[in-house]
Amino acid sequence: MAEFSTPTSEQEFQLNFAQLKPHMNRTEALYESSRCLFCFDAPCIKACPSGIDIPQFIRQINSGNETGAARTIYEANYFGNACGKVCPTEVLCEGACVYNLQDVKPIEIGRLQSYATTKVIESGKKLFGPRADNGKSVAVIGAGPAGISAACELRALGYAVDVFEAKSQPSGLTVYGVAPYKITNEEALAEMAYLQAQFGYNTHFNSPINSRGKLAELENKYDAIFLGIGLGRTNELGLPGEDKINCTGAVEFIAELRQHHHEVAVGRKVIVLGGGNTAMDAASESARLGAEQVVLAYRRGKDEMGAYEFEYDLAKGVGVKGLFNVAPVEIVGNGYVAGVRFVRTETTDGKVQEIAGSEFVEPCDMVIKATGQAKQTEFLSLISGLKLDGKGRIVADAHTGQTSNPKYFASGDAWNGGAEVVNAAAEAKLTARGIHAYLSK
Amino acid sequence: MPDLSINFAGIKSPNPFWLASAPPTNSGYQVMKAFDAGWGGAVWKTLGVPVVNVSSRYGGVNYRDKRLVGFNNIELISDRPLADNLREIEEVKKRFPNHAVIASLMVQSRQEWHDIVRQSQDAGADGFELNFGCPHGMCERGMGSAVGQEPKILQMIVEWVMEVAQKPVIVKLTPNISDITEPAMAARRGGADAISLINTIQSIVGVDIDQFAPYPIVDGKGTNGGYCGPAVKPIALNMVKNCAQHPDVRLPISGIGGIENWRDAVEHILLGASSVQVCTAAMHFGFGIIREMTSGLEQYMVDKGFNTIYDFVGKALPNVLPWEQLNMKYKVTANIHEEKCIGCQLCYTACEDGAHQAIRLNAGTRVPEIIEENCVGCNLCSLVCPVEDCITMDRTDDGTQHLTWRERTEAGDVPVEFNDEKAGGRHHWVPEPTAALGKERHKTLPGKARVLNGETEVPAGV
Ligand SMILES: Cc1cc2nc3c(=O)[nH]c(=O)nc-3n(C[C@H](O)[C@H](O)[C@H](O)COP(=O)(O)OP(=O)(O)OC[C@H]3O[C@@H](n4cnc5c(N)ncnc54)[C@H](O)[C@@H]3O)c2cc1C
Ligand SMILES: Cc1cc2nc3c(=O)[nH]c(=O)nc-3n(C[C@H](O)[C@H](O)[C@H](O)COP(=O)(O)O)c2cc1C
Ligand code: SF4
Ligand code: SF4
Ligand code: SF4
Repeated sequence: MAEFSTPTSEQEFQLNFAQLKPHMNRTEALYESSRCLFCFDAPCIKACPSGIDIPQFIRQINSGNETGAARTIYEANYFGNACGKVCPTEVLCEGACVYNLQDVKPIEIGRLQSYATTKVIESGKKLFGPRADNGKSVAVIGAGPAGISAACELRALGYAVDVFEAKSQPSGLTVYGVAPYKITNEEALAEMAYLQAQFGYNTHFNSPINSRGKLAELENKYDAIFLGIGLGRTNELGLPGEDKINCTGAVEFIAELRQHHHEVAVGRKVIVLGGGNTAMDAASESARLGAEQVVLAYRRGKDEMGAYEFEYDLAKGVGVKGLFNVAPVEIVGNGYVAGVRFVRTETTDGKVQEIAGSEFVEPCDMVIKATGQAKQTEFLSLISGLKLDGKGRIVADAHTGQTSNPKYFASGDAWNGGAEVVNAAAEAKLTARGIHAYLSK
Repeated sequence: MPDLSINFAGIKSPNPFWLASAPPTNSGYQVMKAFDAGWGGAVWKTLGVPVVNVSSRYGGVNYRDKRLVGFNNIELISDRPLADNLREIEEVKKRFPNHAVIASLMVQSRQEWHDIVRQSQDAGADGFELNFGCPHGMCERGMGSAVGQEPKILQMIVEWVMEVAQKPVIVKLTPNISDITEPAMAARRGGADAISLINTIQSIVGVDIDQFAPYPIVDGKGTNGGYCGPAVKPIALNMVKNCAQHPDVRLPISGIGGIENWRDAVEHILLGASSVQVCTAAMHFGFGIIREMTSGLEQYMVDKGFNTIYDFVGKALPNVLPWEQLNMKYKVTANIHEEKCIGCQLCYTACEDGAHQAIRLNAGTRVPEIIEENCVGCNLCSLVCPVEDCITMDRTDDGTQHLTWRERTEAGDVPVEFNDEKAGGRHHWVPEPTAALGKERHKTLPGKARVLNGETEVPAGV
C-alpha cells in the first residue's frame, strides 16, 4: 500500500487530503450549470433534506446571478456552503438527478452550490439580516449545524439569541468530525463568520452548559432553550485491553486530526473497528496520514455495512483492506497496542454468531474504534421532564421540535440519533419556527 | 465516388464550398491556405476604396455554454490598397488555376465600377460578386445595403458592371428588406448571372448591462452591426427558398448564412443553392472544418445515390408549399416511450403551461401520460424532451383523406364569423379559467419550490 507518504508539513498534508469537491471556477460552473435540464418538480429537490430549490439556483448561476443563487440556497439551508462540500450527494440530490437514468453523469449539484455560496462569503455581501427585536430571547446550546441554523432562523424572526458552545470554535462536527478532504477548517469557519455577521447572534465559546445550576440560569433568563448538542464520545467496547496506548475512538482521533493535521501520528498498521461511515472516514484518513496498512474489521459481511457504498469505495481507493465477519475480543499488547484478537463470525437469520475455536490475532500498532457515538444521556438527565427514547434520543414533536419539557426544543444528531449536517440544518430551521409558534401563543 | 465539382453560372470549382467575402479572404496568404486545406473557392474580401476600421469590431451571442451561436461585426470592406489585393489574387490564381477566386466589389460611381471590374478581371478573377449587402457603415455612405434595398439603383449598377464584365457576375443580396425577391429580380433585369444570399442582418448583438452600451463597445459607445453565424441559418434558408421558387428570378443561387457543417450545406442546396459560402464557422474554427464538410457531403451523396450536386439542388422545393395547401386531415399524436423516459417532466410543464393541457402526471411514477383526446399534435413536448426518440409524434389519421385550407375555402367550409361553429378550437377541451386559481398552483410551482411558505413537513429523523 503506502500510496501516501506521511505528511510532515501543512503543504504535504493538503496534498494527501486534497479536496474531493474542489472549488469550481466560473467557466466550469457555466458549463456544468448549462447541463441542467431544469426539471419540473425536480427529483433533486425532493431528495434534498433541506429542500433547496436546486434548478432555481442552478439557473441563477447560469444567468450570472450568483448572489441570487446564494440567496436561494441560504433561504433553505444556512449551511449551504458546508452542505455543498460535505453532503453525501451521491445518495441525496445527485443520486436523484434524472441524468442517472440515462447513465449520464449527474449534475454536480454540491460543487455548484458551494460555488455560489463561496462567492457571497468571500464578498461578504449582505443577503440577510435580523428582524426588528421582538423582545424575547432564546438560548442555544451547541454551535453545531443545528445550533447555528436555529440561531440564524431565530434572529430572522426577531429573537435575541445567545449561543453557548463547549468548544472554542463554531460549526460542531463540520470542523471537528467531517473528513478533512471534504471541507477545510477555513471554509467551515468562514461560513460561520459570514452567518454571524449577517444575523448577529451572540456566541459564547468555551462555555459548556454542564450543570443543573447553569441550566437553571438559562431557564430563568431565556424564553426558550434550543438543544443542539449532538452526540458524545465514541462508545466504549468493554473489551479487555481497550485502555492500551494507541487504542482510540474514531471521533476523538478525527477531532485531533482536524485540529492538528500533519502533527497527528498514525500507526504503521492500523485496524479500524466498525462498518459505518465514520469507520470509512477513519480508515481513509489513516491511509492518507501514511499508515502502511489499514484494515477495516467488521462483524458482518461487506454488503451489510452501514456505510454508503461510495464511502467504502473511497476507502478502498486509498488502499484500505476489508476484513469481514470478525468480532474483536481483546486488544493485545504490552502497554502499547500490538494487535487485536478476533473471533470469526457467521450471520444466520440476521444474527451474528461467533464460530467457536476460530480466534486469531491480527497484529497492528494502532486501533481506531468507530463503533458509534454515545448519547449525552447524563447531561440530558439534568433537564427536568425531558424524555429520551430507548436509544437515548431526545423525544420531540416532529413538526415543532418541542420536547416533553415545553421550554426545551431540539434538533440535529441529539434528536435524530446521528444523521448528516443537512438534516441538522433543515430540522433546526423548522424547530426555530416551532419555537416562534410557541412563544407567539 | 460522387462528383463534388460545380459549374456555378460559369464559375468552375472543385467543390461547392466557398469562403464568403470576409476576414478569412482578406489576403492571398489566407486564401492559399484555405485552398490547400480543401476549400473549392473564395470570394475575396470586398474591394473598393480602402477603409479605416475601428478597434473592437465583433460581438457574440452565447447560448448557455455555447459560444457564438450568433456573431456580429461592425467592420467595413477591405482596408488594404487595391493593388496589393489584385497582386495577391493573381498569385493565387497562378498557383490554383482550378479553384474559384471571385472578386467582391463595392464602389460608388459608374467610372469606379468600370475601373475595378476591369482591373480585377486583369488580375485573373473568375467572377465578381457585387456587395449590395453590408448593413453598417458602408450604407451610411450610400453603398452596401443602401443599394441592396433600392431595386432600381441595384439594377442600374448591375447594368454598369455588365457593360465591362467578361466574367460571371453574382449579386450579393441583403436580407434587410421585406421581400428578398424584389432585389433578386432587379439583379436579373440588370443582367446578372447569379445571386448570393444572405449578407448579414442588421443587429444589436447584446447590451453591456453595466456600461449601458451595445456590443461591440468602442470607447463606451457602439453601433448597429451585421448578424451572422448559426443563428441566422433559418432566415437564410427561407430567403434562399423564396428566390429559388420565384418564377421571375431563375438565377443560380450561392447560399450563405449559418453554414458550419455538411448538413447545413445540404439544407441550403436542397432549397435551391448550387454553391455555398461560409464565413463565421471559418472565423470560429479555422479552415480545417472543410474536411468534415466535404466528407459529410460525400457520404450523404453516396448514401442517397447522388452522383453530382445537381442531383439534389432544389430537391426539397416541391415540398415547400404555402400554408393553405397543407393537408388538414393529417394528424399526429404524442407518444411517450416509457422505457426511455427519465422523468424530467419538461414535457408536462411545456404542454400544461405552453400548449393544450394534454399531459398528466400520475401518482407513483415520474413518467407523464399523454391525454390523447386533448393532444393537438403540436410537437412541443417532443421538442423539449431531452431524450432522443423518447417522445415520438405518431400518425393517427388513416392517411386516406386529404383536405386543404384552400379547398375548404373554395367549398365555403371555413370559419368567417367571430363565434363561428367551424372554429378549430371549438370542439376541443379547454379547462375552466377558475381551475387555475390557487388550487392548481402545484402544476406550475411544484412541491418544495414552495417550501418557504411552510407547506412542507419537518423531515423525519433518521
Ligand atoms: C466522523 C464523522 C464524519 C461525518 N461526516 C459527515 C459528512 O461527511 N457529511 C455530513 O453531512 N455529515 C457528516 N457527519 C455527521 C454530521 O457531522 C452531524 O450530523 C452534524 O454535525 C450534526 O449537527 P449537530 O449540530 O446536531 O451536532 P454537532 O455537530 O455534534 O454539534 C454539537 C455542538 O454542541 C456542542 N455541545 C455539546 N454539548 C454541549 C454542552 N453541554 N454545552 C455547550 N456545547 C455543547 C459540541 O461541542 C458541538 O460543537 C459526520 C459525523 C462524524 C462523527
Ligand atoms: C467580420 C465580417 C466581415 C464581413 N465583411 C464582408 C464583406 O466585406 N463583404 C461581404 O460581401 N460580406 C461581408 N460579410 C458577410 C459574410 O460574407 C456573410 O455573408 C455572412 O457572414 C453570412 O455568412 P455566415 O453565417 O457563414 O457568417 C462579413 C461578415 C463578417 C462576420
Ligand atoms: S434532477 Fe438533475 S437535471 Fe433535473 S433539475 Fe435536478 S440537477 Fe437539474
Ligand atoms: S403534441 Fe402538443 S398538445 Fe400534444 S401532448 Fe405534446 S405538447 Fe401537448
Ligand atoms: S420530457 Fe421526455 S424524458 Fe422528460 S418526462 Fe417527458 S417523456 Fe420523460
